[in-house]
Amino acid sequence: MEPISDLIRRLAERHGRERSSLLPILQGVVEQEKYLSEYSMTQIARELDLPAAEVYGTATFYSFLEYKKMGKYIIRLCKTITCSMKGENQILLAIQEMLKIKVGETTPDGNFSLLQTNCLGFCHKAPAMLINNEVYTELTPEKVRDILTSYINSNGGGTKNVNVSST
Amino acid sequence: MGEGQKMSTSHLLKRADFIFKSDNDWEDVLKKNLNRTANELINELISSELKGRGGAGFPTGLKWKISSEIKADEKFVICNADEGEPGTFKDREILSRVPFKVLTAIAVCAYVIGAKKGFIYLRGEYFFLKDNLQSAIDEFERYCRKIGFDFSISIFMGSGAYICGEETALFESMEGKRGEPRNKPPFPSSSGYMNKPTVINNVETLAHTYTIFKYGSKRFYDLGVQFSRGTKLFSVSGDTPKPGIYELELGMSLVDFVEEFGDDDTKAVQVGGASGFLVPRKRFPETTIGFQGRLVGISLPTGGSMMLFNSSRSMYNVLDNYLNFFAEESCGQCTPCRVGCQQLLKGIKAVKRGEKNAAYLDKLLKLAETMTYTAKCGLGQSVANSFSSIVENFREEMIY
Repeated sequence: MEPISDLIRRLAERHGRERSSLLPILQGVVEQEKYLSEYSMTQIARELDLPAAEVYGTATFYSFLEYKKMGKYIIRLCKTITCSMKGENQILLAIQEMLKIKVGETTPDGNFSLLQTNCLGFCHKAPAMLINNEVYTELTPEKVRDILTSYINSNGGGTKNVNVSST
Repeated sequence: MGEGQKMSTSHLLKRADFIFKSDNDWEDVLKKNLNRTANELINELISSELKGRGGAGFPTGLKWKISSEIKADEKFVICNADEGEPGTFKDREILSRVPFKVLTAIAVCAYVIGAKKGFIYLRGEYFFLKDNLQSAIDEFERYCRKIGFDFSISIFMGSGAYICGEETALFESMEGKRGEPRNKPPFPSSSGYMNKPTVINNVETLAHTYTIFKYGSKRFYDLGVQFSRGTKLFSVSGDTPKPGIYELELGMSLVDFVEEFGDDDTKAVQVGGASGFLVPRKRFPETTIGFQGRLVGISLPTGGSMMLFNSSRSMYNVLDNYLNFFAEESCGQCTPCRVGCQQLLKGIKAVKRGEKNAAYLDKLLKLAETMTYTAKCGLGQSVANSFSSIVENFREEMIY
């Protein structure tokens, strides 16, 4: 993995050092690091010549820009109305039981973080969740256990498999 | 019920198939329309009576016209793909199935107003669409260069903030700031992204302009009903045997809608997502789906979200879920919304637990109404829509 300061410089060169490049740069760091450390944010501030408070204030506004250390795979389970009606709670229990973590926590091996999120736009295929950028829909407790198992087994590079449905 | 039906001037459910018809003729549609004058194109849109499909319903032709008449060194066209309203999932489908319609429409708009740069603001949740959309843009830009049309489109990714679907919050976000809505006026048409004249349209609105530019405005105008012309994509979810995306003519009665999509036990329909209205069964006959302006009955606009609830659902749980959503997604900038959402949520919980008596609900209704008048943007202003329609129609469920 690229050192953070190099990554930030490269992102700034690619997107430009304008204020309007802030979000793409923050997103680029999160893509690699999964979260924004204080160090990342001050580095970005220096790179763009912005007050660190401005960077922090902007970054913490957005729910997909985490500022706490996250696992390699971030699970975001939708909790908005239709998913909630269609058994989101059962899915949540299944995940919690399998990974032995609660919402907001990360597994000790640093592989999974569990979060809840608002409407993912898959209400017709509820319940739905994201694992990093992959969408999983029409979840059942069995299905979610299979999905997590496949991530655990692959445990190496980025998994891109099982039941990815886009529509 | 009989009276309601008499009052209703809606039509039966009419399916249509324009939006998802293949986009493989986009080169012809683009070339043909870039050869027309800006005025011709604006008039075509105005006579179609197309209104914005994101929910607010502003006349699209007028929006383009205003921006076209303003002189500026730089202008922008932005496609709003920050589809975040609970129960809405149509824009993703448009962008994945017929992206060239949207790109063509963005380009035609740019030609009309004199912009050289377009953006698609794509919500972070739809990151998985990005690569395919970017390939479509690459192909599109190659063609623009080939025909000598100087125009480029970039994707700007959101990062999980419902409020950024509000157009001025979206501009702030693109400018690298917190997604906090601006005061209006000025409106985007004169001062939008980077304070330059900006046309910002919903994905579906742009896809409809493709239909209009391809077939002419009459074909579109002849669909739907007065004040609500054309078709609309509906995202149907909840207690329905056939959840999914359906293109229907505007102006249908909710009775017919429920007949088609209900599970024979429909207790209420949420029209327009969490920021829309909950319609209880007894009001189905007098309710039509379209924009305001009808002479009789209630007409409800919608960004396309239609969520059905059957008798097994507790309306208290539904409202609790919505209020949690709003409390989390409020940007926190203005007090009525930031504090109001939290107090409404605390309030209904207190009533449910018996810590407050039933009359407290009336205080909460007043608070919601106050938010409508005092909140800075559409988020805070529309919390009362679902709050009041649920509390007033299902008061007993809030208490017991």
